[in-house]
Amino acid sequence: MNRFREKALIGVSWACGIILSGIFFFLVAYLARQGAGVIDLKLVFGETPPLEALLLRQRVFDGLFPAMVGTFLLVCLSIVLAVPLGVATGIYMAEYAGARVKDLFNLVFDVLAGIPSILVGLFGFALAIFLHKHFSNRIQPCLLISALALAFLVLPYIIRTTQAALEGIPGETRLTALALGATKPQNLFHVLIPQSLSGMLSGLILAIGRCAEDTAVIMLTGVVVSAGVPTSLLGPYEALPFYIYYISSQYAGPEELLRGYGASLILLLLCTTLFFAAFLIKKRLTYLALYRP
Amino acid sequence: MRGPGESATERILLVSAVVSASVTVLILGFMLVMALPLLRGGGLFSLLTQHWEPGKGLYGIYPLLITTAGISSLGLLLAFPLSLGCACLIGLYGRRPPGRLLRRIVQLMTGVPTVVYGFVGIFVLVPLIREFFQTGSGMCLLTGALMLSVLIAPTMILFFQDSFERVPRSHLAAAEALGADRAQTLLYVVLPAARRGILVGVILAFGRAAGDTLISLMLAGNAVQVPGSVLDSARTLTAHIALVIAADYESPEFRSIFACGLILYLFITVITVLVRRLAMPESGERP
Repeated sequence: MNRFREKALIGVSWACGIILSGIFFFLVAYLARQGAGVIDLKLVFGETPPLEALLLRQRVFDGLFPAMVGTFLLVCLSIVLAVPLGVATGIYMAEYAGARVKDLFNLVFDVLAGIPSILVGLFGFALAIFLHKHFSNRIQPCLLISALALAFLVLPYIIRTTQAALEGIPGETRLTALALGATKPQNLFHVLIPQSLSGMLSGLILAIGRCAEDTAVIMLTGVVVSAGVPTSLLGPYEALPFYIYYISSQYAGPEELLRGYGASLILLLLCTTLFFAAFLIKKRLTYLALYRP
Repeated sequence: MRGPGESATERILLVSAVVSASVTVLILGFMLVMALPLLRGGGLFSLLTQHWEPGKGLYGIYPLLITTAGISSLGLLLAFPLSLGCACLIGLYGRRPPGRLLRRIVQLMTGVPTVVYGFVGIFVLVPLIREFFQTGSGMCLLTGALMLSVLIAPTMILFFQDSFERVPRSHLAAAEALGADRAQTLLYVVLPAARRGILVGVILAFGRAAGDTLISLMLAGNAVQVPGSVLDSARTLTAHIALVIAADYESPEFRSIFACGLILYLFITVITVLVRRLAMPESGERP
């Protein structure tokens, strides 16, 4: 019939595929060309001897070490805060919630998943002001507030992946232990949760990736350009993504700019690896995470 | 037969769920309380229509609204054909190398940090736009929209492609029985059947574009004005929130960022409800 439309479809599809892949490969190649040369111990530790820096005996001034430590602590803290709450909520949604409660909570968590990260950051900032005014004037935007805000940011990922992994378990598996006389919690902890671990794992990996890359939340909740390795939960800290943002507008010379390229390359490799791993573990669950703006 | 352990487990889980849900409400509550003084007594109207001139006591966010709408729409306009084309390529060569390769690339792209897009945008795209149009600094609405389109394309592609895969096998088998090749099946069977999924992908991508901070903050120039053309510098709602750091927490300038937050929050809620209605027709039909 209309062979032209089919030929056009194939041609246009190829063109789009090539354009998009081209953009991606350009991005990676550009950063690799600019940044690969600077990735070495000097990029991380500057002029400080690595061992001294690692043992926190000397502060690193011209390296990425404090920012990397900051990001690492931030990720760990947020995950520790978000995972128990998220997993418990996911289990409740999948196994205990009645139809009407489930409908309502599903909507609430969908909205939470959609809230832009800058709003979560603004919330963290407002929370810090609120706590400062009403509880203790030691509280200000800090590592703990950032971690709390990031935990809220990734909470819906963990809830969703846990819930979906549990709901995906076939009915026979679900009933076997119950038929043998197990109680509901026994069934949950010995059958259902072990069965859905890989789904939960993909949610965890995505959450780590989001915590590591997010800039909007932390720039409102306490990240600074120069703080050294964080010494207190209530103090300021450095982080890789904010360092990249800062360098892009305020770099003082070619050497600092090169460090920016190095930091970008490191963050790019870290986050693409994490997201890709999540996709490999559970493809379908990962789509859920893409709801987030 | 419910043991004591059983109800304790359920209670702990219920409390967790309520705490998680209250986070959503708490965020809305904070925005409302902080923005309230500005909204009282017809303040909402002047907020939405006035210009931003703190020197003259004007704290309207009208220019920001226009910029956010403009940059997101332009980004979507650029990304939509690209994404549909890519999804079609994956659909055409599903299991064969070109399709699989592209899908892997798209999955990798979802993991690229936004700040890295912004960083590369500043050092590659901004000079390019400046040279090409020979005007301004190169940081403008168009630069932001171009980079936004790269950011939202992977989300759209994966959703489009997912909705292609949901087309019932019987439809595909019928097309095959009629002698249709892959391109014909895609064009006349899959694409029409996946219309709703495509719409959902577009709405989600629009929400994502409007909610993104770093790209517009780094690339769009951040001048508070109603952009007259795509080559004008402009500031989005999200960038405004990131930029206003007032020393006085009671000032209308500071409160205005919570009004921006409130608008974004409501916008995202509308998008979420819309997507749920479209993506789950059976639950949407309930009263």
